Amino acid sequence: MAAPPVLPKLVGQRVKRREDPRLIQGRATYVDDIALVGMQHLAFKRSDVAHGRIRSIDTRAAKVMDGVEAVFTGAEIAELLAPMPIGTPFPSPEHRAVAVDTVRYGGEPVAVVVASDRYVARDAADAIVVSYETLPAVVDPELAMTGKPTVIHPAFPNNLAVALVPSGTGVSASGSVDDSAINEAFAKADVVISQRMVNQRLAPTTMEPRGVVAHYEPGKGSMTIWSSTQNPHILRTFIAALTGLGQDQVRAIAPEVGGGFGSKINIYGEEYVAAAISKHLGIPVKWSEDRSEAFVATTHGRDILGYVDLAAKSDGTVLGLKLRLIADIGAYNMLLTAAIPTLTMLMASATYNIPAIRATLTEVFTNKTPTDAYRGAGRPEATYFVERAMDMLARELKMDPAELRRKNFIKPHQFPFATQMGAVYDSGDYEKALDLALKNAQWDRLKTERDAARAQGRLVGLGLSMYVEVCGVGPSSTLPTGGWEHSQVTIERDGRISATTGASPHGQGNETTFAQMLADQFGVPLEHITILHGDTGVVKQGIGTFGSRSQAVGGTAVHMAGAKVKSKMAKFAAALLEAHEDDLVFQNGMISVKGSPASGKSFASVAGYAYRPVPLPEGLEPGLSDEAFFEPANNTYPFGCHISMVEIDRQTGEPTLLKLVAVDDAGHLINPLIVEGQIHGGLAQGIGQAMIEEVVYNEDGQLLTGSFMDYAIPRAGDFPRFELDATVTPTPLNPLGAKGVGEAGTLGSTPCIVAAVVDALSEFGVKHIDMMLRPEKLWRIIHQGQGGQS
Amino acid sequence: MISTPFEYSRAMSLDDALAKLRATNGEGKFIAGGHSLVPLMKLRLSEPKVLIDIARIPGLSGIRTKGDKIEIGAGTSHHDVASSALLQQVCPMVAEAAAEIGDPQVRNRGTLGGSLAHADPAADYPAVMLALDAEIHVKGPKGWRMVHAHDFFRGLFTVDLAADEIIAGVQFNPVRSAAYAKLHQRASHFAIVGVAVALDVNNGVIRSARIGLTGASSYATRLKDVEEALAGKALSMPNIEAAARLAGALLEDVNSDIHASQEYRRAMIPVFTERALKGAMSRALARIQ
Repeated sequence: MAAPPVLPKLVGQRVKRREDPRLIQGRATYVDDIALVGMQHLAFKRSDVAHGRIRSIDTRAAKVMDGVEAVFTGAEIAELLAPMPIGTPFPSPEHRAVAVDTVRYGGEPVAVVVASDRYVARDAADAIVVSYETLPAVVDPELAMTGKPTVIHPAFPNNLAVALVPSGTGVSASGSVDDSAINEAFAKADVVISQRMVNQRLAPTTMEPRGVVAHYEPGKGSMTIWSSTQNPHILRTFIAALTGLGQDQVRAIAPEVGGGFGSKINIYGEEYVAAAISKHLGIPVKWSEDRSEAFVATTHGRDILGYVDLAAKSDGTVLGLKLRLIADIGAYNMLLTAAIPTLTMLMASATYNIPAIRATLTEVFTNKTPTDAYRGAGRPEATYFVERAMDMLARELKMDPAELRRKNFIKPHQFPFATQMGAVYDSGDYEKALDLALKNAQWDRLKTERDAARAQGRLVGLGLSMYVEVCGVGPSSTLPTGGWEHSQVTIERDGRISATTGASPHGQGNETTFAQMLADQFGVPLEHITILHGDTGVVKQGIGTFGSRSQAVGGTAVHMAGAKVKSKMAKFAAALLEAHEDDLVFQNGMISVKGSPASGKSFASVAGYAYRPVPLPEGLEPGLSDEAFFEPANNTYPFGCHISMVEIDRQTGEPTLLKLVAVDDAGHLINPLIVEGQIHGGLAQGIGQAMIEEVVYNEDGQLLTGSFMDYAIPRAGDFPRFELDATVTPTPLNPLGAKGVGEAGTLGSTPCIVAAVVDALSEFGVKHIDMMLRPEKLWRIIHQGQGGQS
Repeated sequence: MISTPFEYSRAMSLDDALAKLRATNGEGKFIAGGHSLVPLMKLRLSEPKVLIDIARIPGLSGIRTKGDKIEIGAGTSHHDVASSALLQQVCPMVAEAAAEIGDPQVRNRGTLGGSLAHADPAADYPAVMLALDAEIHVKGPKGWRMVHAHDFFRGLFTVDLAADEIIAGVQFNPVRSAAYAKLHQRASHFAIVGVAVALDVNNGVIRSARIGLTGASSYATRLKDVEEALAGKALSMPNIEAAARLAGALLEDVNSDIHASQEYRRAMIPVFTERALKGAMSRALARIQ
């Protein structure tokens, strides 16, 4: 008889996502699919002015409509619900889930309807009449900083949410500032690049908008809350706190989540309101965000203005960097709002050994939707500011942009490397990524092609960008929630495996990658493993998925819990096989003594024995289930190099992306196919930011890009075929060597495309162009010598 | 994104549709593909009490020859126009323009009649109909009437179509030497500027030209000055370029929005006029060979 086939090692293989069939066949359950007996529906009446005092709210017509259960104004909600907490240690104005007397951005809730279905609820919300005393609105952060024409929160003069925090060289932990080193760097410089740059506001636009179902059961005194969230455990913590329940009394469930991109980390007013109303009325309630609401009610991303000064010697050696950041955070602080721009400061050294850096940060309130995390969250901004400045420096010195980078890289032997900004980069080999990207792009040949195209009068340009990002977010000192992740691995009686993860995947593919790891660990087929997530009733502890942490932190916890269970299972197997546990191999669905596979016991039979252990081996408890918390010692710092080629239509200014080459180093890859998918998505959103995406408000604070008719999101047809490759520099900070990759694509792509467009328009003397690269903006540079910044 | 309540009924013939509409006392609207109407309803900018579905009226969709002419039923989807072998053969501009509308979902559902009746200032079809001097066939309580495209578009979202009338289809003489060129708005893929050109060329001479412009102003119009500049001229690159330079100069009302200022739009009119003219010219030349 032929030996049974040996199961292949799965880690490192391009295993197809197990999640996809149910998602693409419409068999997945999202929040909006949840229906409970007696469930009522919420609709929010939202402000249509950007800034105003509420004179009166007339809810009479709404209350008498058929099917309307209740209507609550902000004042009535305030009796049920404390102000919303934030998750950062910064001062914050009072923020009510439903505005009480003043609205501060268009779309802020002013009342909420409870009705028998969402259509009645929507009609009733329309029937509420609100009278406002309109106040002046401010949408320009630099104007807002003067306190004119309005102060949005009286306790925050000049609209300063966070006023001028310095960081970097010469700034001590106590906050004392010594300018000598940074001044000396600029005094010694042969050349200084100075540029104001805008990293514009974006709308995260998840395919599934937000939604919540809250079900308080008065008989039990407990709450179940379903939400389209990236972090059900954090949701549980905050919902418990605001509803006066214990964390044991709240179960939070994130069913299928159709994209988050950072915008579903925040705990939103609608979630608190749903929980409070459900508890108050003793009935289940549901709210489903519609697309128009999503544009105003879900947090926006980016919107950071940078004044960048880069000092260098004439040979290209960078001596110093000054970064003055102004973050337009919108009308309120949300969960992580204030912390996001601090990541821009943290990453100001980029991939370079910059001896002196000074960054300052000011965060400003404006009458816009609040900002919070959006894919990359502070790091794309840092990458953009520094890489644009490096590109300008290369142009100024007439150096090849790749060679300028090479000259200033942190070298492989310098890792771990502590930057002037306090980041400690774990590992890196930037030159290797650069060289592979140059080789794959055929950089010198591209230059020849570009020059040949230019000789024909075409506007063709090349751009290159490096990036390094901070991922694998933890340890606990960096997050108020704690920075660990948790897993419980259970070998079931039939030999199948279930593993919980506190990482709450919503597109990251962890049902596949974590199963790949366990399949290899236990020598069983992938199909025998189920990854459980997104339910605090099932997953005992967790933090969530953000900051590209699910694999590096969550995956490590799974691996650790698996190792503990495996060790116990080996003891049961050793008893059965009368062997020493260290001599056993787990392979091919069998546990056997090394060198004699025929003598082995099936994995399932050992599992069965562990649950009916007759006799019970000495020193063992029955069962095969164990848990692990993984607390990383530090963040991981993946990196890469992106290269693009762009052509601009001379007559219309329309840019076309001809080529995008990316080399990304995320350490060891569990599943290169999923990694590529993550990079594709990140590239799409990064290219989207560069070329077609921008949230636009008018001077009165009215959102002008409030639908897909005016807010463009990238489609497959907007891109060339991406040319991807990877270098592998493992992190020493976790046993997997994995760093994280979810956000990477948004970092390198934006500055590399702007660089290519500036290169294409170099004949017009332009040095920098702010995103988004509207055709009209480029047309003005071509035809009128304006619009660009030179 | 939830409309106000409405009733729904399906019409099985044009007369049935008209009768059902009459019965709503002005509170009803026809719906075919719904790709203009439904977004307006979801934003509550349009709140009809009754929707009368005309999408399944037998014979209302389809592309066929009618004597020397081509007839396109009002219910024909953009996709069916874009992929019509007949149109690609005898009047490729129409298929070319349809293929540039919106995105695949819009093209699968949206219809020619809906686009013409709605008359979005940035819709593609109105320019095409102007260039073809299409006849728009309309049925109402008093029976049939025919409106030439150049009389049909009257203003912003305003056409020569009474509230109690329905578009049944369009007819036009196919023109092979015709082309459409468009600057896309990247979010909606409506036209920032769209230009449709139909040339009547004989022995290398442009006997006449008709040029329709969309996206630039509140409704689609003809570029008469360019048409006149081309009439009687030899079909040549210099003549085309010279004529295109005139395009839009006489236009008083030019749109401005976050996607394109008035100045930029104005500058794009000659650019896309020239591109459409060159497209039409290359088709004219291909025919001669």
